[in-house]
Amino acid sequence: MSARRIFARPARFAAIAPYVWMVLFFLVPFAFVLKISLSQTAIAQPPYEPVFDLAAGWGALKAAFAALSVDNFRLIGSDDIYVFAYVRSLTVASAATALLLLIGYPIAYGMARLPKNWQAVAMVLVIVPFWTSFLIRIYAWINILQHDGLLNQILLALHLVGQPVVWLSTDTAMYIGIVYSYLPFMILPLYATLAKMEPALEEAASDLGAPPWQVFWLVTFPLSLPGVGAGVLLCFIPIVGEFVIPDLLAGSNSLMIGQTLWLEFFTNKDWPVASAAAIVLLVVLLLPLLLYERLQKRQLEQGR
Amino acid sequence: MRKIARLSRFNVASLALGLAFLYLPILILVIYSFNASRLVTVWGGWSLRWYHEFFNDRAMIEAAWMSLRVAVSSATIATLLGTLAAVALSRGERFRGRTLFSGMLYAPLVMPEVITGLSLLLLFVALNAERGFWTVTIAHTTLTMCFVAVVVQSRLGSLDRSLEEAAMDLGCDPVRAFLSVTLPLIAPAIVAGWMLAFTLSLDDLVIASFTTGPGSATLPIRIYSEVRLGVKPEINAICTLVIALIAVVIVIASLASKLSSSQGESVAPL
Repeated sequence: MSARRIFARPARFAAIAPYVWMVLFFLVPFAFVLKISLSQTAIAQPPYEPVFDLAAGWGALKAAFAALSVDNFRLIGSDDIYVFAYVRSLTVASAATALLLLIGYPIAYGMARLPKNWQAVAMVLVIVPFWTSFLIRIYAWINILQHDGLLNQILLALHLVGQPVVWLSTDTAMYIGIVYSYLPFMILPLYATLAKMEPALEEAASDLGAPPWQVFWLVTFPLSLPGVGAGVLLCFIPIVGEFVIPDLLAGSNSLMIGQTLWLEFFTNKDWPVASAAAIVLLVVLLLPLLLYERLQKRQLEQGR
Repeated sequence: MRKIARLSRFNVASLALGLAFLYLPILILVIYSFNASRLVTVWGGWSLRWYHEFFNDRAMIEAAWMSLRVAVSSATIATLLGTLAAVALSRGERFRGRTLFSGMLYAPLVMPEVITGLSLLLLFVALNAERGFWTVTIAHTTLTMCFVAVVVQSRLGSLDRSLEEAAMDLGCDPVRAFLSVTLPLIAPAIVAGWMLAFTLSLDDLVIASFTTGPGSATLPIRIYSEVRLGVKPEINAICTLVIALIAVVIVIASLASKLSSSQGESVAPL
């Protein structure tokens, strides 16, 4: 038996503890979300009708299945607020991801072209803001964008505007916040593929007479597609469910789904509807989630 | 032969602008935290007044203490579990339930936080668990161990396996080979994983809001409820302190990884 196979046996045992943990605190909770999304709302604590009680045995279980209701899902499908919220979440996430790609690509490209020892420095510089708190970064922008904040002061001083511009509580502010917060997530996977690229390929294309934009469009960009895919998914999925940024920076007249879920849960205390909204959100995200998982796995299991 | 310039003017400009975009807002925040004026936007000279205010704000201090305790304990448990998971995935070859296992580990990385938070709260309510320190710690461990697993797994993947196989050919049993050969080599990644877990926990607002109980708010929860009421200079000071703390953690960890990687190759901080 090879050393590798002998090593694998105890390594498998290492899975037990994290496996049990993830089943308990990741998988089982989803069963609860599903269960409660199918319950009736009740004015009680906790605010839902229990769907079934395992202790009561088979009869109760059968009765419980009869009592399951898809009312919450029907409500979500028919209520404009929810439909709008899902549509808005998807539009905002698509637009923001496109912006991120547009802004992140030149930065990642610049990084990949730096001399090797400078690349490490640039990478640390891009990662460090990611380590500082998310909330703090949003708060920093509130400081800048508020009515008499720095941006308006500068614009007024340069006589670019006659009076302070309203930035906060607008979609512009929200997009700035999203782009700012997610930029490292876009840059890093892009940089990873661009840095691995063979520079001789670009040189060959230009030796054969391709102008720079053609070199980029026909050689560089197609080769960087795996990085583009990873970056796009890594940004798109969490932005769809984003709560903090739209809550603090965007106006309150149109909500994203993360906000409606939060409101339903904390303000209206309607847990079954909130759970149903979460399930629908998951279903919406299923395809991008599966795509992302495949990408991740392929990358890690190839050891690259 | 015409050679493409390695670094065009466009490259330099986009790098400079990108870094300025990433750093200026934080820099401005730090500078304003030393502003003496009560009006956040009017410069009234340098002062430590808002730091003083923070240290006299009992509720804030308690929230900060709670956050620190949660971050240290959840990061520690998460590092342990995440490292075990990474070892199983990258060295365990095939085993039953492997697909489910890796799926469960990758999903929370991108899962919207509102869903993770909501599902854990429903579990805790069903179990009738008292919500507070432990529920938040469990929730953060669940999220951050996945990040640790990814960081450690990518290090294990790039490691030369003939090293541990050589140890076993020389008579080590697998556990011994792991402890004396593999573990020292992946130590920098484990340290990086702990740091990542620590900062993610310190940072989290959404999951903590769902899983904590009355009277045990974490720092982000307190900051969030203050920020919703408007900008306050004290918040600038708190944010600066948090940034400083994280900077110290990064410096210590990169020193640690430099020390341990002087024998091997270095590992990126992520």
